[in-house]
Amino acid sequence: MNAAPSVSNLVPLLPEIVLGVGGMALLMLGVYRDARMVRLIDYAAIALLVVAGAVLLLLPAGKLTSFDGSFVVDDFARFLKILALIGSAAAIAMSLDYAERELQQRFEYSVLIVLSTLGMLMLISAADLIALYLGLELMSLPLYVVAASHRNSLRSTEAGLKYFVLGALSSGMLLYGASLVYGFAGTVTFSGIAQATARGGTGLIFGLVFLFAGFCFKVSAVPFHMWTPDVYEGAPTPVTAFFAAAPKVAGLAMFVRATIVAFPGIVSQWQQILVFVSIASMLLGAFAAIGQRNFKRLMAYSSIGHMGYALIGLAAGTSQGVQGVLLYVAIYITMTLGVFTVILSMRRSTGMVESIDQLAGLARGHPAMAFFLAMLLFSMAGVPPLAGFFAKFYVFLAAIKAGLYVLAVVGVLASVVGAYYYLAIIKIMYFDEPVEGFYKMPLELKVVLAICGLFNVLFFLYPGPLVGAASAAAQSLF
Amino acid sequence: MMSWPILSVMTFLPLVGALFIALLGDDEASARNARWVALWTTLITFAISLLVLWRFDPSSADFQFVEKRPWLGGAITYSMGVDGISLPFVILTTALMPISILASWEAIQHRVREYMIAFLVLETLMVGTFCALDLVLFYLFFEGGLIPMFLIIGIWGGPRRVYASLKFFLYTFLGSVLMLLAIMAMYWNAGTTDIPTLMHHAFPRTLQTWAWFAFLASFAVKMPMWPVHTWLPDAHVEAPTAGSVILAAILLKMGGYGFLRFSLPMFPEASQSLAPLIYALSIVAIIYTSLVALMQEDMKKLIAYSSVAHMGFVTMGIFAVTTQGVAGGIFQMVSHGIVSAALFLCVGVIYDRMHTREIAAYGGLVNRMPLYAFVFMVFTLANVGLPGTSGFVGEFLTLIGTFRINNWVATLATLGTILSAAYALWLYRKVIFGKLEKASLAVIRDIGWREAVIFAPLVVLTIVFGVYPKLVLDVSAASVTQLIDNYQHALAPVQAAMAR
Repeated sequence: MNAAPSVSNLVPLLPEIVLGVGGMALLMLGVYRDARMVRLIDYAAIALLVVAGAVLLLLPAGKLTSFDGSFVVDDFARFLKILALIGSAAAIAMSLDYAERELQQRFEYSVLIVLSTLGMLMLISAADLIALYLGLELMSLPLYVVAASHRNSLRSTEAGLKYFVLGALSSGMLLYGASLVYGFAGTVTFSGIAQATARGGTGLIFGLVFLFAGFCFKVSAVPFHMWTPDVYEGAPTPVTAFFAAAPKVAGLAMFVRATIVAFPGIVSQWQQILVFVSIASMLLGAFAAIGQRNFKRLMAYSSIGHMGYALIGLAAGTSQGVQGVLLYVAIYITMTLGVFTVILSMRRSTGMVESIDQLAGLARGHPAMAFFLAMLLFSMAGVPPLAGFFAKFYVFLAAIKAGLYVLAVVGVLASVVGAYYYLAIIKIMYFDEPVEGFYKMPLELKVVLAICGLFNVLFFLYPGPLVGAASAAAQSLF
Repeated sequence: MMSWPILSVMTFLPLVGALFIALLGDDEASARNARWVALWTTLITFAISLLVLWRFDPSSADFQFVEKRPWLGGAITYSMGVDGISLPFVILTTALMPISILASWEAIQHRVREYMIAFLVLETLMVGTFCALDLVLFYLFFEGGLIPMFLIIGIWGGPRRVYASLKFFLYTFLGSVLMLLAIMAMYWNAGTTDIPTLMHHAFPRTLQTWAWFAFLASFAVKMPMWPVHTWLPDAHVEAPTAGSVILAAILLKMGGYGFLRFSLPMFPEASQSLAPLIYALSIVAIIYTSLVALMQEDMKKLIAYSSVAHMGFVTMGIFAVTTQGVAGGIFQMVSHGIVSAALFLCVGVIYDRMHTREIAAYGGLVNRMPLYAFVFMVFTLANVGLPGTSGFVGEFLTLIGTFRINNWVATLATLGTILSAAYALWLYRKVIFGKLEKASLAVIRDIGWREAVIFAPLVVLTIVFGVYPKLVLDVSAASVTQLIDNYQHALAPVQAAMAR
């Protein structure tokens, strides 16, 4: 317990140290320099995330631990950290144009995202309940602030407050669950809890249920999803894009690691909970989105549904299942970010618009944008040969292997219902008569959209590397 | 055996053509160029498919031109190959594509580039469906075809195109996702998705039954079989002419192909015990949809219902699992591919001139369009199944194939052919014969050279196949024989146990 702190002990944390130190340096820079530096700080923040990713890849291979095993860097962590970094970097890039116009050049925005990303990386690596909670709070606090960053907008401040209050509530539940688990297991480390669950005990299950409540809130799974539509709709659009991608990665990471590593002995208990959560999320995501006209709100329900699909893999509780979750979340963030670039570009002389009806006839005025959005939407619906199909394929494959037939059947049926509203958007873009066109898409949005779109379209040509990486990452948990 | 991957080249060449069109500019000239690029791409693809046919060894029942490459890792590979069952469909696809492009030459005037791209992508996916030797790869191509077809119906379709395209997509999607789950269950049971291996894998009985139903859900919708055929009339009526052609001639055949490729060889016991269900559905399809066809006022709708009836013969023949039944099913699909395509093209000809498909709007066309009347007559008679046309051979073979197994079913199906004569001849009489009374028809032109080029090969093939069906039957004979041998072999222990 009292290993002397040494420099070599800090090696696994190098990416986090880069982000932490760099983030604070940017903060200083922003305070002491004038407003013209804002753009520079944005670019520096992206560079910082890229450097952190590079450092992460340069770490020695294999499983590294630090702080007596409460901080773990294994293939699982590497895979998800890269995804979180990509998601955050893309979110900053996507906010450049918007922030300049609408947020009056506030440099704190990208610094807060960097700090939140630091929290995500901590969370992904957390291997005990205290590290997990610290990472979670570090991730969430900047999120509450950026949700309200549109100071003059009532909806934005409402979204921030709502997110904060509900987030605090869920953190409280998570803490309560953690204290119950600690009380019954006598330890906070995941490996220690795993030994305690092998002995059984109802108290641990109580704790687990509260932990799950907190986890479900963070990934916006039913029945803790209520905040999602309001926050998605109210928050400034680039913030929504950020919310929809990176924090979901970190949330799923903690969900998976805590469940698989700490509670392997009571699979049958948590499997029931996850099957319910997953089915409820998929169905709600599919049916509630049908009536939505606001694109951001629709994406909120869509993300609830997608989390339901991702959790199918976790419910299977096997290495294939975790591989499915990892692939799902990787493909999910490309789809989501791509769609949000289009939402961010829905701007014409009258200002930003958010209704899907405004996309009418997009295929005439902006053929490339319409094409990529259509492909991303088909991908979200899970139509082959797009990437979204493979995402669903792997989670269902794991569910069938684990014998969760009902879950799988409900899942595919929900995907058909879900396909309806994605098709409805494509119908508006391609079949309806055009309305007034949008302003030209800023370059950075074009780049992100093209990367996400091409990834989804061409994934089937060369799926090997990502599938292999996800498989290796999943193996490292077992 | 082969130095270059001929099947992959054939499959992906249209995609390359589509990319090329996508790179063309967005103006009047590029629309013209897009048509020519699409036509040449499909013609070259057709030439390659003929090369495949040329090098194909019909005496072997094995898969030929096999290509295999790692793909998704594990046992899921990129694997292509053709045998005597898939090759006729490949040729049918590649042959009808240039015809469809030609048929859209003047009918499509807006967003020509996108239209041609959609068709070429669709061709890649269709050819891929018939060549795939891996279940997941098959599913990829099979489902991927929904995207371009959805757009073709939705963008270039008629007034109710939105409803029709959504219905088409969701119906087929719903059927297919259940098949996907069955594919996964098969993967975990057999450890592979390689189709040739799975054909000889003995699945446990319960899995066979569930998977059989799951595959039925997909193929019955695609085929379509009664009672899940209702998307077809809507899709056909709203689709542009070439879209209807592809839908009727090729997309429907994927269902029948699926039964032959998967249901029979992989789930023989389930196929055996559930065959009566198929018989019942087929008979209802043949008789009921023929009666429905009699009541139609829209020409395309009438042909769409007649397609459902004709597919009833196919499913009946396939599940009889006799040499004649299966070979007849394949022949009937090829024949129907040509004949229904031609009938839709015939409707397209007068629709282009008059912009209506209502039967009542026509009459007496023979006076102004003698050539058209002749062409239409050939295909009407082929649709009825007159001896000497390809339609006769298919229906006859499926009927005698089924008669050996179940003579009640065959008898009832034969009654259906009378009904098909009734609606087809009724349509022909209403449209072509009689006095040319309607003023609007007084200046209607006969078919021009472009339309003649489209119809000539179809007329020739309909009659050649009717007189000399060996051309098609020989290609598939070895594979059909092996399919039936394997089927009987797999059933032998079960039947022995029942006899005891």
